Amino acid sequence: MRLEPIANPSLARSLGFPAAALVATVVIASLLAALAGANPLATLGLIVKGAAGSKFALLETLNRATPLIFTGLAIATAFRAKLWNIGAEAQLYGGAIVTVILGTSALSGIGAAGLPLIALGAMVAGALILLGPVMLKTKFGVDEVVTTLLFNFIMLLLVSYLLEGPMKDPMGMGWPKSAPLDRALRLPRIAEGLRLHWGFGLALISATLIWFVQTRTTLGYEMRAVGLNAQAARFAGIPVSAVLVKTALLSGGLAALAGFSEVAGLKGHLSLDLSPGFGYTGIIVAMLALLHPLGVVITAIFVAGIFVGSDSMSRAAGVPTYIADMLLAVALLLMVAAIGLTKFRVVRG
Amino acid sequence: MTPAHPKAQDVVLRLDTITKRFGPLVANDAISLTLHRGEVIALLGENGAGKTTLMNILFGQYTADAGEVTVFGHPLPPGNPAAALAAGLGMVHQHFTLADNLSVLDNIQLGTVPLWRMGLGRRTARAKLAKLAADFGLSIDPDALVGSLAVGERQRVEILKALYRDARILILDEPTAVLTPQESDALFDTLRRAIKTGLSVIFISHKLHEVMALSSRVLVLRHGKLVGEVATRDTDRHALAALMVGAEVPPPSVAPQNPGPALLTLRDVSTRNIGAAPGLKSVSLSLRAGQITGLAGVSGNGQAALSDLISGLTTPQSGAVEMPNLPDIWSPRGAISAGIARIPEDRHKTGSIADFSLTENAILETYAQAPFSRNGLLNWAAADAHTRHLIATNDVRCPGPSAPIRQLSGGNMQKLILGRVLEASPKIILANQPVRGLDIGAITYVHKRLLAARDAGAAVLLISEDLDEIMALSDVIHVVSEGRLSPEFARGRLTAAELGLWMAGIGFAHAA
Amino acid sequence: MSALFDILLTASFWAAAVRIASPLIFATMGELICERAGVLNLGIEGIMVIGAFSGWMAVYLGTGLWGGVAVAMLAGMLFGLLHATLTVPFGLSQHVVGLGVTLLAASTSYFAYRLILPEVTSPPKIEPFQPLEIPYLVDIPLLGPALFAQTALTYTAFAVVAITAITLYRTPLGLAIRAAGESPQAVAAQGLSVTGLRMGAVIVGSGLMAVGGAFLTLSAFSSFFFEMVNGRGWICIALVVFGAWRPGKAMLGALLFAGFDALQIRLQQTPIGQVVPYQMFLMAPYILSILALILMSRRAQVPAALMVPFNKGER
Repeated sequence: MRLEPIANPSLARSLGFPAAALVATVVIASLLAALAGANPLATLGLIVKGAAGSKFALLETLNRATPLIFTGLAIATAFRAKLWNIGAEAQLYGGAIVTVILGTSALSGIGAAGLPLIALGAMVAGALILLGPVMLKTKFGVDEVVTTLLFNFIMLLLVSYLLEGPMKDPMGMGWPKSAPLDRALRLPRIAEGLRLHWGFGLALISATLIWFVQTRTTLGYEMRAVGLNAQAARFAGIPVSAVLVKTALLSGGLAALAGFSEVAGLKGHLSLDLSPGFGYTGIIVAMLALLHPLGVVITAIFVAGIFVGSDSMSRAAGVPTYIADMLLAVALLLMVAAIGLTKFRVVRG
Repeated sequence: MTPAHPKAQDVVLRLDTITKRFGPLVANDAISLTLHRGEVIALLGENGAGKTTLMNILFGQYTADAGEVTVFGHPLPPGNPAAALAAGLGMVHQHFTLADNLSVLDNIQLGTVPLWRMGLGRRTARAKLAKLAADFGLSIDPDALVGSLAVGERQRVEILKALYRDARILILDEPTAVLTPQESDALFDTLRRAIKTGLSVIFISHKLHEVMALSSRVLVLRHGKLVGEVATRDTDRHALAALMVGAEVPPPSVAPQNPGPALLTLRDVSTRNIGAAPGLKSVSLSLRAGQITGLAGVSGNGQAALSDLISGLTTPQSGAVEMPNLPDIWSPRGAISAGIARIPEDRHKTGSIADFSLTENAILETYAQAPFSRNGLLNWAAADAHTRHLIATNDVRCPGPSAPIRQLSGGNMQKLILGRVLEASPKIILANQPVRGLDIGAITYVHKRLLAARDAGAAVLLISEDLDEIMALSDVIHVVSEGRLSPEFARGRLTAAELGLWMAGIGFAHAA
Repeated sequence: MSALFDILLTASFWAAAVRIASPLIFATMGELICERAGVLNLGIEGIMVIGAFSGWMAVYLGTGLWGGVAVAMLAGMLFGLLHATLTVPFGLSQHVVGLGVTLLAASTSYFAYRLILPEVTSPPKIEPFQPLEIPYLVDIPLLGPALFAQTALTYTAFAVVAITAITLYRTPLGLAIRAAGESPQAVAAQGLSVTGLRMGAVIVGSGLMAVGGAFLTLSAFSSFFFEMVNGRGWICIALVVFGAWRPGKAMLGALLFAGFDALQIRLQQTPIGQVVPYQMFLMAPYILSILALILMSRRAQVPAALMVPFNKGER
């Protein structure tokens, strides 16, 4: 048995296999629900209802999708350049910390004009956090997968220290959380009465910008070239290390915006439970979108819906919420397999 | 060397109407052949004729779509390398199948002891290896890491691998492609000894003089079909060449040269080693306008160091690079801006990006300049138009500029790469193994373009492992050995054998 | 400073170091075997979780302790099979598949846990492995209690190191595995199956990783809780690099690392611990791992075909 590359995959093949992957995921979802003793169809229905069955649910889904769009973009950008940024979690928290610091002391009093500055500050923090592992890669050849991963743990401990110490909220009644952001430095709602804040809008704008960069700019071209064949890119004169650094800055900055958006838009302060793993879920969002920036928006909303829907379903039907994590991991693996099958044919001999 | 009239019952190997398709391509079309005991037959054909596919089928790497293989009278189970080995087939691959980080003994013992056994039986293995080495004249250090061996030594390990497994039929794929003429002679000597012990040999080659010298029978493949089978003494090089390509191929006509000023000069340049391959050692070289400078040498002797230097990938550790318009920074971009066109050794790994379209590949070196981009924004329309122009003027057969370049054949890919770098009429051209793996049509085309550039006044540095190519095209020849450069030899001054001596390192003054 | 020496001179410190190292040793050997064959297994973190969970659950449901170890190993091998099927014959991205396996194995554990014990706030405890003293050897000062009063599972860990080393360097199977990670072409040319070797290595390696996870529940903590693996899997990947893909060296790396971990726990009780926040101590293992990677990145002899898929007959 061996693999033979398919020169021109038909549309049926390119769409068929991914579709089959999604169908298989749904089937597995039913199996898991049945295992938990719940009615499969009812469970799926509750998930869908919980995700989009009411205005409230839909807004909740979009709110949950916002940080996922940012981390999904961060990871799609990095993965395209074969930069394995698994540290989006750390970059997110870096952005959150800077948001709180700037938003509670340094820039209070400026008013809403301070928001872009805070966002920028957050991006710088995230960029610098990813830059470390990337410099280790370009200078020492250290694989960035493990270093970015380890940074996540280091960062979480740092946040814990800061929230119990220097950044502790004096009015917080003992809970480790930061002081709340200045009222004026909160991201406003998109429309009155809607529980959706401008973080979502910023996410959409970011996705469009990244798509533009990737397809129409020289930087996007360089990033794609380096990701596909760094050796050929170097030979042709593309400055590979510089491109990786720029990619890191972009990716880290985007992940940090997730932290900025959650703090300034949703929560208003920083606590240890700010991110239930947005950095890791971003990987699934990016892969399901085949690393396409605009696709990331769609898959982020889809993934957010699964989580929001599962939360609500779990309260009603009792199936553990971890069904969502399992489904998404299954979807990721099936999608990777499906993509492989669209590009290769299995032949005998 | 071989019996004049082999007897029918001496058939050791028979292939019956072997056919193999890869999608629409018929790589082998109903090929039949027989091999007799003690015979040496040659399988001749240009790149893409189907020789290696046939041998891979024999060896179980592929399964034939039709046909049968019989070894020593028994049918050979298809698609089973272990069965082929057990039947007595031994293959010496063109690209050695050795693990660099393991020792010679490890490589030879790999797969020879059943996996469920507890020990490796090193002592017995060493003894057997030592005896084989002595019997066949293949001296080797069993504990040396394969990665530290020179190319000729590695081939000895490949051959010992087969002999260690008691191969009765040896198949060699382009065995002299990477050897000096002297090493080739040593190889032929080994093969003669092997024949005396009863082995039979098939060797694959596209080198006519070898086929004439070594084999008793020649089979010619063209486009997957067996187009001719002759006894060697009944034919000659011209007839074979005609069979190989279907017509007489005239050698390239090289106009007398009119060398101009030196466009690129290296003075006493030394560079660092690249892994196991040596860097340049105090090399002085001048590339003159209107001249093809050929660099001959066994692979792994400094060609990569020289090519990386001129490509802009490395800088000299000592010595100087001189040019009329030397760029401020020596880098690939600097080299390109100084007018150096580089045709890389490996069009798949270094010369192109497989998943990029033809357009995206065409602007790989020029995307940052007008008209392809301005202020960081790309102008795809201009890039597209440029690519169409390249496709038309370079006869690139392809579905279109937006097709991924992986869909192109090797020859067409090379034509696009050539077109891309020659479009700006560069003054200096570095051609590194420019025709490796190409069919005759593409080879002729590439040579024509290089000669045309040279006639138009460019300085061409041609690096090739094929001594015939170097001798046919070059106006002056240098030989590289262990990073040192020989003096310049004018065209026709040295014979292949004499160049071979230089390639083996003889003639170089040793550094104090 | 004297506080430091006080700690280093106690037998309990060294015993703790060996104890902390045990799960790391299992998992590091598992990853080493995978990588020697040419496959990076990023599923290690999740496989350790499912090993911890399934081993503990098996014991909770009635199998003996060694039964729990066997169940954990089986669970790990199943996820190893999943990883190997996607990455070896199909050549899919080892990075993405590994991360997917980690997410799936971990979430499967948590899902199953919640399914079986939905209402529980503090997880039930089981009777863990007890220390097994080796007579005479245990009386050696300092080293005795440290090395020879450990649990049977710890002794097994060291045995696994020896078996791994002997197999890799002295048996035909080990040679074949090493060759698969160096040059799959060489392996195929000698009539062996690269696919079989690589898949086998990943499955066996994953089983060992899961046993490493099971150590946490069956020996160290006696019960299962969320986030208990806490990045140990990633640290083991660093340890493989630190040990230059050699079993003995990797084991020493694990011991060194565990020593630092045991040290930082004890330092928290000393005057230093009053000044430095405890989070800084907890950061030390991860920072050390990064330093280890930097240190070894230049010199290490990476298996040449690590992460390079092998497609038979590819030209």
